Amino acid sequence: MDKQTVGKRILSANEQFAQANAELLAAHNLVCLNMISSPGSGKTTLLARTITDLKGRLRIGVIEGDLRTDLDAQRIRATQAPAVQIETKGSCHLSAEQVHGALGQLPLADLDMVIIENVGNLVCPASFVLGESAKIVVLSVAEGDDKPAKYPSIFARSAALLINKIDLLAAEGLADFDTDRVRTDASRLNRSIEIFPLSARTGQGMESWYDWLAARVRS
Amino acid sequence: MHETMVAQSLFEAILAEADKHHARPVSARLTCGQLNSVNEDVLVFAFAAVSRGSVCEGLTLEIVQKPLAAHCTDCDRDFRVDLEQPRCSHCGGRHFTLLPDPPLVLEEIEFETE
Repeated sequence: MDKQTVGKRILSANEQFAQANAELLAAHNLVCLNMISSPGSGKTTLLARTITDLKGRLRIGVIEGDLRTDLDAQRIRATQAPAVQIETKGSCHLSAEQVHGALGQLPLADLDMVIIENVGNLVCPASFVLGESAKIVVLSVAEGDDKPAKYPSIFARSAALLINKIDLLAAEGLADFDTDRVRTDASRLNRSIEIFPLSARTGQGMESWYDWLAARVRS
Repeated sequence: MHETMVAQSLFEAILAEADKHHARPVSARLTCGQLNSVNEDVLVFAFAAVSRGSVCEGLTLEIVQKPLAAHCTDCDRDFRVDLEQPRCSHCGGRHFTLLPDPPLVLEEIEFETE
């Protein structure tokens, strides 16, 4: 038998595209956030409200990832923000190459920030870098307070955690969602994670999130 | 993680090495970080599927999970993190930052010799 040392990174093709994306974004002085969550956590509603409320303060372009349809891009375009839809046709995460193509379709010179709404999935998207400045994870209270413990990768790698739909905590049967448990478990994995409990529907808690976003652009 | 995509990339990498060495690969060793959490059974199954009928058919995959490391800001030392009990193994402190998770790397291939 003949042993050969190889030392080759397996996902290097994705990493090279991610590097190219990061350089393109830096050339336009753009902050880029990779938003990850389960399906149905309210990412698109959250984004649409954020764009509308920050109009005149922050110019945001959006890349939407879904298995099928351009429904989400349509919802973002209804806010007048530029949006590009990527249909992954079954793939469970966005790749840096797909994002590279989508960045070419956004008016980068007219933006302050690009937000990528990844395919709804707490697992696979955590492992594929896209060239983003930071990842953010969205968790809605209906999903349960055990998610940071069960899906540690994404919470360990995110700069911010948005706990969405807190208006539902007042509803009967959901009062057992323990926000403190989420805080403890997420902070244990990631000391620097910033946590924003909010409701994209009622607007509660959104101001702190907006201040955080604005500060990332200024810095 | 998406093991099918990993299996395909891995297959292409091993195939390229086999071409270079003009030999049949019989085993390969892969390392990855804990947060990438490649499921070994799923990857082995996916690799067998993508390599069927090729020079890599029947190859044995060994996957070594590298521990997650962190830097303790209380005692200024690095330590291995146990996600169940995340505290510094030197001083017991709870103030730390996770170090970058090791990427997926094809470390070594063993080839058949004539």
